Amino acid sequence: MNTSLYNSRRRRNTIAVVASIGATGIGLAWLALILGVLFWKGFSGLSLNVFTEMTPPPGSDGGLLNAIIGSLIVTVLAVAIGTPIGILAGTYMAEYGRHDKLTSVVRFINDILLSAPSIVIGLFIYEVMVRPMGHFSGIAGAIALAVIVIPVVVRTTEDMLVLVPNTLREAAASIGLPRSLMIQKIAYRAARSGIITGILLAVARVSGETAPLLFTALNHQFLSTVPFSLLGHDFSVINLNAPTPSLPVVIFQFALSPYADWQKLAWTGALIITLSVLVLSISARALAGTRKST
Amino acid sequence: MVDMAWDGQSVSARQDVKERARALDKLRTSDNVFRVLTRTAALFVLLILSGVIVALISGSLPALKEFGLDFIVSQSWNPVTEKFGALAPIYGTLVTSFVAMLIAVPFGLLIAMFLTELCPMWLRRPIGIAIELLAGIPSIIYGIWGLFVLAPFLQQYVQPGLISTFENVPGLSSLFAGPPYGIGVLTASLILAIMVLPFITSISRDVFDAVPPVLKEAAYGLGCSTWEVMRYVVLPYTRVGVIGGCMLGLGRALGETMAVTFVIGNAHKIAASLIAPGTTISATIANEFTEAVGDLYTSSLVALGLILFVITFIVLAIARYLLLRIERRIG
Repeated sequence: MNTSLYNSRRRRNTIAVVASIGATGIGLAWLALILGVLFWKGFSGLSLNVFTEMTPPPGSDGGLLNAIIGSLIVTVLAVAIGTPIGILAGTYMAEYGRHDKLTSVVRFINDILLSAPSIVIGLFIYEVMVRPMGHFSGIAGAIALAVIVIPVVVRTTEDMLVLVPNTLREAAASIGLPRSLMIQKIAYRAARSGIITGILLAVARVSGETAPLLFTALNHQFLSTVPFSLLGHDFSVINLNAPTPSLPVVIFQFALSPYADWQKLAWTGALIITLSVLVLSISARALAGTRKST
Repeated sequence: MVDMAWDGQSVSARQDVKERARALDKLRTSDNVFRVLTRTAALFVLLILSGVIVALISGSLPALKEFGLDFIVSQSWNPVTEKFGALAPIYGTLVTSFVAMLIAVPFGLLIAMFLTELCPMWLRRPIGIAIELLAGIPSIIYGIWGLFVLAPFLQQYVQPGLISTFENVPGLSSLFAGPPYGIGVLTASLILAIMVLPFITSISRDVFDAVPPVLKEAAYGLGCSTWEVMRYVVLPYTRVGVIGGCMLGLGRALGETMAVTFVIGNAHKIAASLIAPGTTISATIANEFTEAVGDLYTSSLVALGLILFVITFIVLAIARYLLLRIERRIG
């Protein structure tokens, strides 16, 4: 028996196995390190003020209220714009044109959009909205994010609808249900949890996005509002046609500032965003998991 | 009386038919409307991409007209004299991504090997999810973490060591030269490597899982070690898919903005040293866009965006093509 060959093969295998375990350990350690530092630095700044006060000038107390509200509004608006378009496009690809040339082209383009750099999307919206309108606005930010939402939703909608068994469609057709109703009443319902997973993933993705907001929504020390009167009372609504603050952009500006209290707020904001994004992506995963197991 | 009843019935029957026809018409219309609506949405996706391309080209025309091909080969970036060249950011983008892949690919493959061949079943899902959570963390978090945690650590402990170790090694000495700033090309590459690691891992794991078990069993049956099965059976079988996954990760790394912006140093120059500050296309745009005064400056930044888009488009198209090829073979 050739022991030296045997030993060298064994040694090589041991090295590979150890390296493999080590790589996994390092990967997990990175995650722990990032989350650990985030919690450690973010929690110390976490207080009620963060949620009740506006972003402060350097050197005074304040919170992140305007950024949190701005982020919520811009994200909700982006999802409200992007989701219907994404679901409809995915529906066409899975239900009407499954073997079309158009579908395969759209799928390719959608994949490109899905991984296009988000800063390029920001430039695009800057060119078509911000520059013609002459000013930065929350609406432009929301539309930029919607462009990021659409491909995610298209992808999951198509994937989920394709998984719906054809027997369901045939059953619907056999009782004379028109195709559009079959899709709306049967296919959507069968694919519901999958589509919701896609939407949650899209929300998770855009709520941490910074680059496309930098030159669309920009930032604002407060929330600009427009007053209006209704039934003799004076109200004011948040003006989305003006620069709108958002958590990621505030984090960006505060973290790169030289002021310690701004940097502290940036860490707190980072903790808030990361927690919400991780909760979103874990619930999306859980939802997808239940679908698979049933 | 009988007649009347019959008459009444026929009237209602006639009404029924009419109503039915109307209802069917309505259904047919709504059916058509829905179909047209979905088709329009699908076409809208095409419109978005063409919009992106047209907007980027039209936005960058002033700069491209002014500088021509010089824009790509020139290194100068001077807002005061309005002379702009994209070479430094292009170089920075390519180098940071390349170094990031150099680190992330072996790591990703080793983790995928662990997950498919070595890991006990009950641990596979939790570890897989944990690695994928790395992809879920927003890039601005990587940026702030890189700036306040990783960069000071590298500056204090790693970079001085690197500099003194490679000081007298020919070739490598220039790669690790200069003062340890902490921020710079190497730091950006490390952050990028962590960010693309989950993509490479999850795609490699998926294609490794798709290897027919009988192939692996045959190799194990011959007495192959785990490493040999990976090296001589799994990797050759999945090569195309693995490369596709890596290209996908590369696409991410090329376009990544916030994380890099924090730690790259934003210096418009090409340095041979990996620990020197540099810049990338996306970092330049993020840093300078809102401060850019003058059309030529803005236009040059949009032109940078166009170049970035073209580079990532090519990389992603290749990735999709390769992944499509392996999907066809598996499916």
